[in-house]
Amino acid sequence: MAREATVGTKILWTSLAWGIGLLIFFPIFWTILTSFKSEAEAVSSPALWDFDWTLANYTTVTERSPYFLHFTNSVVISLGSTLLAILIGVPAAWAMAFSPTRKTRGLLLWMLSTKMLPPVGVLVPLYLLFRDTGLLDTRTGLVLVLTLVNLPIVVWMLFTYFREIPGEILEAARMDGANLKSEILHVLTPMALPGIASTMLLNVILAWNEAFWTLNLTAAKAAPLTAFIASYSSPEGLFYAKLSAASTMAIAPVLILGWFSQKQLVRGLTFGAVK
Amino acid sequence: MGSITLKGVTKRFDDVEVIPPLDLTIRDGEFVVFVGPSGCGKSTLLRLIAGLEDVSGGTMELDGRDVTALPPARRGLAMVFQSYALYPHMSVRKNIAFPLKMAGMDQAAIDAKVDGAAKVLNLADYIDRRPGQLSGGQRQRVAIGRAIVREPSAFLFDEPLSNLDAALRGNMRLEIAELHQSLATTMVYVTHDQIEAMTMADRIVVLNKGVIEQVGSPLELYRSPKSLFVAGFIGSPTMNLLTGDAAAKQGAHTIGIRPEHLALSMDAGEWSGVVTVSEHLGSDTFLHVNVDGLGTMTARADGEFPARHGDRIGLTPDPARLHRFDAAGAAMTA
Repeated sequence: MAREATVGTKILWTSLAWGIGLLIFFPIFWTILTSFKSEAEAVSSPALWDFDWTLANYTTVTERSPYFLHFTNSVVISLGSTLLAILIGVPAAWAMAFSPTRKTRGLLLWMLSTKMLPPVGVLVPLYLLFRDTGLLDTRTGLVLVLTLVNLPIVVWMLFTYFREIPGEILEAARMDGANLKSEILHVLTPMALPGIASTMLLNVILAWNEAFWTLNLTAAKAAPLTAFIASYSSPEGLFYAKLSAASTMAIAPVLILGWFSQKQLVRGLTFGAVK
Repeated sequence: MGSITLKGVTKRFDDVEVIPPLDLTIRDGEFVVFVGPSGCGKSTLLRLIAGLEDVSGGTMELDGRDVTALPPARRGLAMVFQSYALYPHMSVRKNIAFPLKMAGMDQAAIDAKVDGAAKVLNLADYIDRRPGQLSGGQRQRVAIGRAIVREPSAFLFDEPLSNLDAALRGNMRLEIAELHQSLATTMVYVTHDQIEAMTMADRIVVLNKGVIEQVGSPLELYRSPKSLFVAGFIGSPTMNLLTGDAAAKQGAHTIGIRPEHLALSMDAGEWSGVVTVSEHLGSDTFLHVNVDGLGTMTARADGEFPARHGDRIGLTPDPARLHRFDAAGAAMTA
């Protein structure tokens, strides 16, 4: 249906979109700005430009805490859990997309429903399990937990991508002599690569930002950047400037990653929505 | 060698039996066409032969070897799909080479075979293009090329020409027929188009709701349909079927006469009727006639026949070409 879009309407919608975008971005912008203020100005000054810019907070934070240890932990945990989730998710989504049974849809919905469970409900048993198996404060433990936490989303996203692939192409591969491994490796994965890439990106971001399990199951050795930020929000006093510096350093990598991959992210998140 | 034997083959989807126990033998080198209306089970039967579906009962043999439980890759068959099913991320060369790569052939041998197939199918100029950059006919040739290089014991075609326009369909039909002549390999071809069936087949298998109605050469099915279903399915336009007094006069429940076996006259005939629609193709004339006491019939005349809408014409059936069917729909031979 053709709609007449006047210049006025275009200006209105564009301004509205920009307004909402800026509103959503504002807390991050304010955090980054505050990281360059002194502690006193961080608390008192609402200035946007007119303050004494300083890098002291960054220096203090990097001197006081092992930023690169936390950064490395975040990278290992995010990438590790993503790779593991993909290794499990691809065959699972393949089975659901290309060999569905009457129970497939129910199974998918059940998997997604586990995301509705408040994590705190299973914190105690999981903590005890990790303690007894020596997985507390280990990267391995966190990789396992985050894999399982994000697996429903990974399987669901891959399933919607795989459904878009004509089943006949995989049948042709079977007729051409491909076994299951070759079918997935040589035909399915290359065709679904954009979808797999989007899923991996989203999973990296979700794992990077995860702040419940990473805070509760780690101490010093395996603590990722979420714990790094949390260590600056202490009850002894307000260290907004340092907290902002720590937050900026924690979110910068994933902000940059998200910026460069925004097209794939948007495609990944909306792909299954329109048929 | 490519003989295919189906013994009591059954297929059920949940509780629905789409193919009741079916027996069929396809001889080595034969071109067999499965034909029937939508939902008759012809594609399902092809997929059972390919191994893409598991049989629910019965056995299947290829050259005397029981393949019922074998996966598609181990049956030595090749399939050409309706949608071509080319690998979109691979070039034409890699598409054709894929089955050879799966078979573990060395690269030099693969290249030689691919170049050979590309030459035969006029694909040499497009060998490095992706399927998305090819026309429908070219894609179909790549699909055929991919099947040929496997040197299968039988080719399976699942409505390969359905997605092509009429002119291209005609050309590809000839190419496939020529391919059969040169390779002399068994071919099992599924189509809903009876023109393809009649022109390409050594034998036609007419299917209806999973049941084989008749197996025979195209002319056998045309001249001696064993049932009302086959009589009405084979032949275009369809056979005129009449019940009531006209049939009773011939001692049958239903009689059938093909449009081309009605002699037409602008004067009198055994039957008389008024033309409702006339179709003048130049090479043929098709008339839809409201025949007195018998209902609507279709008639065909060679060349140009001058009848137009509203004209009264006479129709005389050729008694030697009249088909008689009993109340159960079976052909009466006596």
